[in-house]
Amino acid sequence: MASTLAEKILARAAGRERVSAGEIITARVDLAMANDFTAPLAIERFKEAGATKVFDPARICIVAGRHMPFRDQSLADKVGAVGVFCREQGIDRFFADTEGMDHALVPDLGYVLPGMLVCNADSHTCTYGAVGAFGVPMGSTDMAFILARGETWLRVPETIRVRYTGLPGRYVTSKDFVLATLGVLGVDGARYKSIEFYGEAITPLSVDERFTISNMAIEMGAKTGVMPVDDEVRSYLRARTDAEWVEDISDPDAVVERTVGIDVGASGPVIARPHSPSNVVPVTEVRGVRVNQVNIGTCTNGRIVDIQQALELLRGRKVAKGVRLVVTPATERIRRDAEKAGYLDELLAAGAVINPPGCGPCAGWHMGLLADGEVCVATHNRNFPGRMGSPTAEIYLASPYVAAAAAVSGEIITPEAVAS
Amino acid sequence: MKISGNAHLVGDHIDTDQIIPSKFLGTTDPAALRSGCFLNLIPDFAGTVASGDVLVAGDNFGCGSSREHAPIAIKATGIACVVAASFSRIFFRSAINIGLPAVVCPAAVGLINDGDPVSVNLDFGTVTVAGRSHSFEAFAPQVLDILAAGGLTEFLTRTLARERGAA
Repeated sequence: MASTLAEKILARAAGRERVSAGEIITARVDLAMANDFTAPLAIERFKEAGATKVFDPARICIVAGRHMPFRDQSLADKVGAVGVFCREQGIDRFFADTEGMDHALVPDLGYVLPGMLVCNADSHTCTYGAVGAFGVPMGSTDMAFILARGETWLRVPETIRVRYTGLPGRYVTSKDFVLATLGVLGVDGARYKSIEFYGEAITPLSVDERFTISNMAIEMGAKTGVMPVDDEVRSYLRARTDAEWVEDISDPDAVVERTVGIDVGASGPVIARPHSPSNVVPVTEVRGVRVNQVNIGTCTNGRIVDIQQALELLRGRKVAKGVRLVVTPATERIRRDAEKAGYLDELLAAGAVINPPGCGPCAGWHMGLLADGEVCVATHNRNFPGRMGSPTAEIYLASPYVAAAAAVSGEIITPEAVAS
Repeated sequence: MKISGNAHLVGDHIDTDQIIPSKFLGTTDPAALRSGCFLNLIPDFAGTVASGDVLVAGDNFGCGSSREHAPIAIKATGIACVVAASFSRIFFRSAINIGLPAVVCPAAVGLINDGDPVSVNLDFGTVTVAGRSHSFEAFAPQVLDILAAGGLTEFLTRTLARERGAA
């Protein structure tokens, strides 16, 4: 009987020949993760339950430097305690200095491989689907159980296939692909499902650009978003690891819930209006909205390609008066690559502020919060009320091109209009 | 297990940033999270809740981030159960894991007004409002085991203790 990509990965994790959508399984976790917000509680629960030894230190990775340098005593103490736990347990994959944030860092270190079941106490764990892994987000207590047992219960999800076709316009990026998808599926159109992204418009994208798509599967309510492995992914991985991996693809006759087609050539750049990631319209529809801040960064768009795209419009121009441009490279390696290429100098010359590597202000924690009534264009993944500080601030989500265009114009405008 | 209390209504797609803003994430202390629950949505929410009350939500409740602070904050206000038309999957798991029952019952949600007396019978699988009972979707066996133990930490405690006993 035919299986989807998701069913094949979960069958292996369950030690079974085959599993079907709707079934509840006990799955062995290949990689367990948590961060500075979620690891402290997971460790607290682990100890509270009387657990003393983690299931396998080599299959655990804790990235607790998302908000480094730590803004207050409470977070500093918590991350300090996570470090002590990792040393005691022999967890060598512990990062809490300047390395950056997990969803960009861990694939770049070659820890995430196709066919893996990765559980992480963070909602954007679905990002790993771009390299063929099944990334399942969960909470801290679920992670405490996994740290102790190495397994968890999961419902095998139905699959929604999203097929990208067509030739994108000059300033249409993978961010526009996924925002367009959100416009179709809405914020719960894939609730509990696995989204399988595929199609000829994905093939020319780099792996970094693909992460932007898989990253936002959670914004449609999905359990995860996966992509089949191709040569682009294989060469990305070969440059980072000697490990072996398993590649799965959906059988042609596998049962899927529905297939959604997105023609990426059908429109220009799009933008998600406040206060929902699915409130997606063409940029032209909100043209002229004045902005106070522009953010470029995060696990969605904080990689080198995103900085390159932003610089295409920022180079030789200045950030408009009255606008703050905040750039947050997702990892130290990205920051360093940007430095070597001269990008940081160019960003600074344009008038940007450059944050230390990590999450920046995305979750409203530090490094660029918004005042009452302010308007921000961000390359982030969420624009819920109060997400970045004031509940009356308005956040628009867009690509680095659209963000950079807003930074130099002081208002929302198409990238074409700035470039011409 | 039966829960009876007054209903507190919230709408569709209430995300975890609205349940507990990130400025409260520096702590996991329920007493501290209580005051931040629905801070930007419902003024002094905790002050309006009597212990044992029921939160009634629309579709996709708890979408967004995986912060477990969200169900902890709700539970800390005295809410004993969340009945929703549907839940985001991370919130659903985390609520069950900390011993806050999460019940999917769209039929009942549509009939409940703010302040209505509501009772939830977890054993019979019913939500009762205005004298009418509505069946809700049965829990998976794994979820029932966690609920019966009082949460996943307690379930893990028992599992580990049983293994130590067997060894």
